Amino acid sequence: MRVGLFVTCLVDLMRPRIGFATLRLLRSAGCEVVVPGTQTCCGQPGYNSGDRAGAKKLAQKMVAEFEHCEYIVAPSGSCAGMIRVHYPELFADAPDWQERVQALAAKTYELTDFLVRVAKLAAVPGTFAGSITYHDSCSGLRELGVQHQPRALLAKVSGLTLREMDEAQACCGFGGAFAVKFGDISTRIVDVKCDRIVQARTDAVVLGDLGCMLNIEGRLRRRGDSTTRVLHVAEVLAGVEDERS
Amino acid sequence: MQVASMHFKSRASEKLADPHLRAALDGLKRRFVPGRAAVMAELDFEATRDAAAAIRQRALDHLDFFLELFERNAAARGTVVHWAETAQDVNSIVTAIAREHGVRKAVKSKSMVSEECALNDALEAAGIEVVETDLGEYILQLGHEPPSHIIAPVIHKTRDQVSDLFAEKHRTARKTDIEALTREARERLRPRFLDADMGITGANFIVAETGSTLIVTNEGNGRMATTLPRIHVAITGIEKVVPTLEDVATLMRLLPRSATGQSISNYVSVTTGTRAHDDLDGPEQFHVILLDGGRSTILASEVRAILRCIRCGACMNHCPVYQSVGGHAYGWVYPGPMGSVLTPSYVGIENALDLPHASTLCNQCGVVCPVKIPLPELMRKLRERQYQRGLRPRHERTALALWAWLASQPRLYAWITAVGVKVLAWMGGKRGTIARLPLGRGWTGGRDMPAPQGKTFRALYASKHTPLSPRERGRG
Repeated sequence: MRVGLFVTCLVDLMRPRIGFATLRLLRSAGCEVVVPGTQTCCGQPGYNSGDRAGAKKLAQKMVAEFEHCEYIVAPSGSCAGMIRVHYPELFADAPDWQERVQALAAKTYELTDFLVRVAKLAAVPGTFAGSITYHDSCSGLRELGVQHQPRALLAKVSGLTLREMDEAQACCGFGGAFAVKFGDISTRIVDVKCDRIVQARTDAVVLGDLGCMLNIEGRLRRRGDSTTRVLHVAEVLAGVEDERS
Repeated sequence: MQVASMHFKSRASEKLADPHLRAALDGLKRRFVPGRAAVMAELDFEATRDAAAAIRQRALDHLDFFLELFERNAAARGTVVHWAETAQDVNSIVTAIAREHGVRKAVKSKSMVSEECALNDALEAAGIEVVETDLGEYILQLGHEPPSHIIAPVIHKTRDQVSDLFAEKHRTARKTDIEALTREARERLRPRFLDADMGITGANFIVAETGSTLIVTNEGNGRMATTLPRIHVAITGIEKVVPTLEDVATLMRLLPRSATGQSISNYVSVTTGTRAHDDLDGPEQFHVILLDGGRSTILASEVRAILRCIRCGACMNHCPVYQSVGGHAYGWVYPGPMGSVLTPSYVGIENALDLPHASTLCNQCGVVCPVKIPLPELMRKLRERQYQRGLRPRHERTALALWAWLASQPRLYAWITAVGVKVLAWMGGKRGTIARLPLGRGWTGGRDMPAPQGKTFRALYASKHTPLSPRERGRG
């Protein structure tokens, strides 16, 4: 299987180790992975802020960069959802692009969804000595149905115990530009999320999207919690310690 | 009602600082969210809401036909149907009816459309005494406050605050027991029902095939308002029409479940025509006022799906933003996600700039909506309209344009981001977090910014995998 890795702009800029963890997982699932070097952003920030033209421009770039791949995989439900669910709508008024966009949308997957449903990954390389709780990110959950996939994969990680938090499916309050435009509301929402995480009494909260990750980690640290680890599901599945070096 | 939606941000900040409100909103979430989930499990939600959405959409697709059918069937049973283009027209029609028939006192059952019109103010100005009889609305009228929720209008108040209000306004000993407080309101309201010349209600649905209006209530006040006074006036929006009673039955499987977590509400009152000569009760006159008030404009716009709304309130009950700031922050009649679509559509997107943006787009509202309104998608449409009309702040437009331009120049993007992440990593220091960002105070006001690792994935990957094959470099 020839898989195009779309690392997403946030992983690229903030947490390259998650990109490498993703790479490792895809390879251990037997995929041939290509990484288009010109990739930047899927266009979601513009799309969600009303800049349809700007979003379209970046979407066209994505299509050109990735359409030669058999599958496109992103370590993000949000960005995968943008391509899979929103690109067809974005080009609804552009019949000349519809076919290419539909084709790209149909073969784009969130990482854990891909590993479970397409690559049918049997064993994961990672080990984790401790307990975790899982935060369901909104776009992955409600746009792509990513819910049992990360849990099924985490169950394969030796040494790991999963303890569910209350309201695991509640939004963390990130919402892209929302977190900056309405910083105090966003902070209140993430504060509730942090309460639930802390109440679960685990070593780490694991999730599948960088936006939520930065938001939750940022609030936990501001609250003075320096011990609860905030990890991307790819890091845990691929072996987090290996990539920390 | 005055539109204060331009002040969403500052009002939201005030509301966040109110500990009473926080307790009240926690209570709302604890009661309505699991309550809805439990009763919804009694039926096949997805199949039922498919049917409900189709019913509402069919009514809207043939709105003119069903409205005229309603008018014909209503008139055949002695009901007078009035058409109001604007909220002011509603007020003029009601006051004209009141004047013509010597109405001095009116009782009201809950109606959000009458809130759109600020009907109470208009009636009082015309010298007509009007009393809200829904317990929540009665409390609000006593305290001169607007509702903060479309189903539970007084949800922002704690029991203690109501105790204080009753003691002050009723001049009675302060009571804290809910039953005692309710009894006190009931004793005040009962004579009002008996005295009233006019009963004013809303309508959850109007039924085209029978010319009936229908209200869904829990307190019984609605039934008294529709049967005791000699004149009944029902006020609702033109979009509330439903073709048949059978359609209503389908919608009613979802409305109370979505709204209050009840399989069925205590009362479902269907009102058809005036009192017949052998009827024991009922009004001598029945007027139905149907308000456009911007609805036909919405029908012709890209957010028309919002007109399917059956006013259950599930979107706000499940919204993390509403749960944080409550309804008053939204600044008009309709709060939460449905309000963030309706308010800008009714009062103008330039008068409610923040509302379409006051959402994380988490789509919790969309998945609980009983008529499948894609609320985040509609908010996004309004954001697009604001952007196209140049209504967004300059710095926001500049930032978006800059990002779209930079992200489409891979080589420049690589160079600039390489420098950017290096600087931010340095700012993060050993701890790896940034406490203050010059341009990101919205973020760092309540959170640290975890610092980047210092190099981009693309740069690291390229250094490990050089040279890239032409394919890997992409075909952009």
